[in-house]
Amino acid sequence: MPLLWFCVIAFMLALYVILDGFDLGAGVLHIAIARTDDERRQVLGAIGPFWDGNEVWLLAAGGTLYFAFPLLYASSFSGFYLPLMMVLWLLMLRGLGIEMRHHVNHPMWRAFWDGTFALGSTLLAIFLGAALGNVVRGVPLGPDGYFFEPLWTSFTVEPDSGILDWFTVLMGLVSLSTLAAHGGNYVAMKTAGEVQRRARLGVRLWTPCVAVTSVGALIAVSGIRPGIWANFSADPWGFIFPVAGAAGLGGMILFNRLGKDAASFASSSAFIAGMLASTAFGLYPVVLPSSIDERYSLTVASTAAGSYGLGIGIVWWSIGIVIALGYFTYLFVSFRGKVGARPEGY
Amino acid sequence: MEDALLLHRLQFAFTATYHYLFPQLTMGLGLIIVILKWVGLRRRDELYNQAARFWAKIFALNFAVGVVTGIPMEFQFGTNWARFSTYAGGVIGQTLAMEGVFAFFLESSFLGLFLFGERKLGGRLHFVAALMVFLGSWISGFFIIVTNAWMQHPVGYAPGPNGSVTLESFGALLGNPWAIWQYLHNMSGAVVTASFCVASAGSYYLLARRDEAYGRIFLRTGLVAGLVSSVLMAFPTGDAQGKNVAFNQPVTLAAMEGLFQTKEGAPLVLVGQPDMDRKRLDNPLHVPRMLSFLTYYRWGAEVRGLDAFPETLWPTNIPLLYYSYHIMVGLGTIFIAVTAAGVWFLRRRRAYTARPLLWILLLAFPFPFIANTAGWMTAELGRQPWLVYGLLRTPAGTSATVSAGNTLFTLLGFLGLYFVIGVLFLLLVLRTIGDGPARAAHGERD
Repeated sequence: MPLLWFCVIAFMLALYVILDGFDLGAGVLHIAIARTDDERRQVLGAIGPFWDGNEVWLLAAGGTLYFAFPLLYASSFSGFYLPLMMVLWLLMLRGLGIEMRHHVNHPMWRAFWDGTFALGSTLLAIFLGAALGNVVRGVPLGPDGYFFEPLWTSFTVEPDSGILDWFTVLMGLVSLSTLAAHGGNYVAMKTAGEVQRRARLGVRLWTPCVAVTSVGALIAVSGIRPGIWANFSADPWGFIFPVAGAAGLGGMILFNRLGKDAASFASSSAFIAGMLASTAFGLYPVVLPSSIDERYSLTVASTAAGSYGLGIGIVWWSIGIVIALGYFTYLFVSFRGKVGARPEGY
Repeated sequence: MEDALLLHRLQFAFTATYHYLFPQLTMGLGLIIVILKWVGLRRRDELYNQAARFWAKIFALNFAVGVVTGIPMEFQFGTNWARFSTYAGGVIGQTLAMEGVFAFFLESSFLGLFLFGERKLGGRLHFVAALMVFLGSWISGFFIIVTNAWMQHPVGYAPGPNGSVTLESFGALLGNPWAIWQYLHNMSGAVVTASFCVASAGSYYLLARRDEAYGRIFLRTGLVAGLVSSVLMAFPTGDAQGKNVAFNQPVTLAAMEGLFQTKEGAPLVLVGQPDMDRKRLDNPLHVPRMLSFLTYYRWGAEVRGLDAFPETLWPTNIPLLYYSYHIMVGLGTIFIAVTAAGVWFLRRRRAYTARPLLWILLLAFPFPFIANTAGWMTAELGRQPWLVYGLLRTPAGTSATVSAGNTLFTLLGFLGLYFVIGVLFLLLVLRTIGDGPARAAHGERD
């Protein structure tokens, strides 16, 4: 049962990164690929009906984590106190950036909120990667299952390193490049003309960064957490995940060259899903490794909620998620196609 | 440690109080927009449709602020109240996760369709989208109330590993008798807030002699919805919720009422100041025997005062609890009087020109926000000194690893950010009202 919930949460988080990832990535590229007010409205129009719903996957994943693994939720949220609060503030500022700009028709007002949106999206993309980096690297968990990390200490990887060290910053850059390319694919798919051309160029420029940082991170992980390969050697079918990820990266390069934006977007989605699934596969059954002593690591079994509640949860979660996927399909079908050059909503 | 506890409590109190200023309007306005769109569809009256579009603009702003200020609420269970989450997550994680899965997806998906898709969907489907957004917000409210109700009156749980609690009965958790009345009481309160806002905007247009056709619709809708919801708030929901407190948290009732001594034929206090040093109420003005009657339907029934309980069980801030409760009840009574008078004027066909009435309604809109806030303060201060009533005391629930300094840092951050958000929100709502209903476009951006 806890394994099932581990998969459920991994699935929800991966879906969150794929969905919110494209609007975060659109934000990273926003200033560069859209210059005029019309162009910026095209980018915002492309994510307008979706970004809020995409963010809900984070909330729903958080709620499900709370429900299925209360100790993990409590330990990681209090331990990552400062970065999480900053993520909250960035999410707010970025949401304001999207929602505020169209209310006042003045170039300065709009420039300010475009900047807020772009900066918030960029920092969030980096933070998401750094968060994943922390989970892979491990945190100073004590015997009581709690810890607290400062933002940074010496930037070296050691038991009492902070949220940011060279490894987690590297992971932040992996995330930034990946989401920028992913967002570029999405914008190219949803727009035409000049914006589409620049979005494709953005993908072409960011994809090599994805490759370089990912390879770097892969080497670094093997050094920092060699145990992550143990599950793969025990169950070689797990190699399907990194292989899918690598295929996704190849697809991004290929389809971008061919100008097939939808296929390129599917490829960047596959890359994200493959990499996250590989990480989850490699960590299991550990959900938060301790950098002090392996024995203090939080595992699926040591953090799971009671079996009665988890059993009930499977029933309503399955129903709820099928309905939610239905809404999303309906939403994406309703707002399918490209946004016009002068988007009057849709 | 004392400092950290106070700061964790202050931060949660501030972010929760601020957050709830928005959802109460969202939930109430969601209902009123559905009503306006329904009337517009039934009577084929474009004026009602346009009125709905106008409120949808304000709804969108309000919803956005509600969402962004709501995200920290879910996070703070883990960040600031980690030991509480470890203790109770196996139970209330259910309802919080269900809110995410059942309410948030519904709201956010249909909000996009509701705000951007009117032309694309056509009248009927657009009405369905509005209905879905309304349902989503009310379902969301339900799961939050069930969560809070469990903290007020824990049911359906069993002891779990390491001194935590685990869920034993899903049915008992969702059917918590405390939750049902608290939910209905809370939702009536949300409709009161929205009704007063709608009536206030209507009064403004009528007094300013502009957009008067809309002003009349707003005033009519606001007054009728306001009267119905104000009455429901007092009876049966407020009455039943009071009995929940009286029977399950008797020491809280004594503190709310300022009843220091146990008494047969206890009075209902209207005005007075609790004096915690002398353990008495100063300058009391009361209705004799009324509290006994309202609680037990017997004039001479004994009501236990604070003296019947050890001080370790007393709520930690009795004067604030007492004032919150009295402000809520006092304002609630005034709402009934004002809306009843308004509806009476409506029936006599004099409401649209009765300037004193319009002025009162114009200026009255902040008070339901105050009453709802005071109501929640009554519930939350009344729950003290417990985080989970009778099971876990508040100081035992904080995040032990998060220091006072870090908490103060984030509290200051929230104060600054929320101030900016509040200024922007007011600016844009006032602009929207200034632009007027006739200019609210077909729900597209720009």
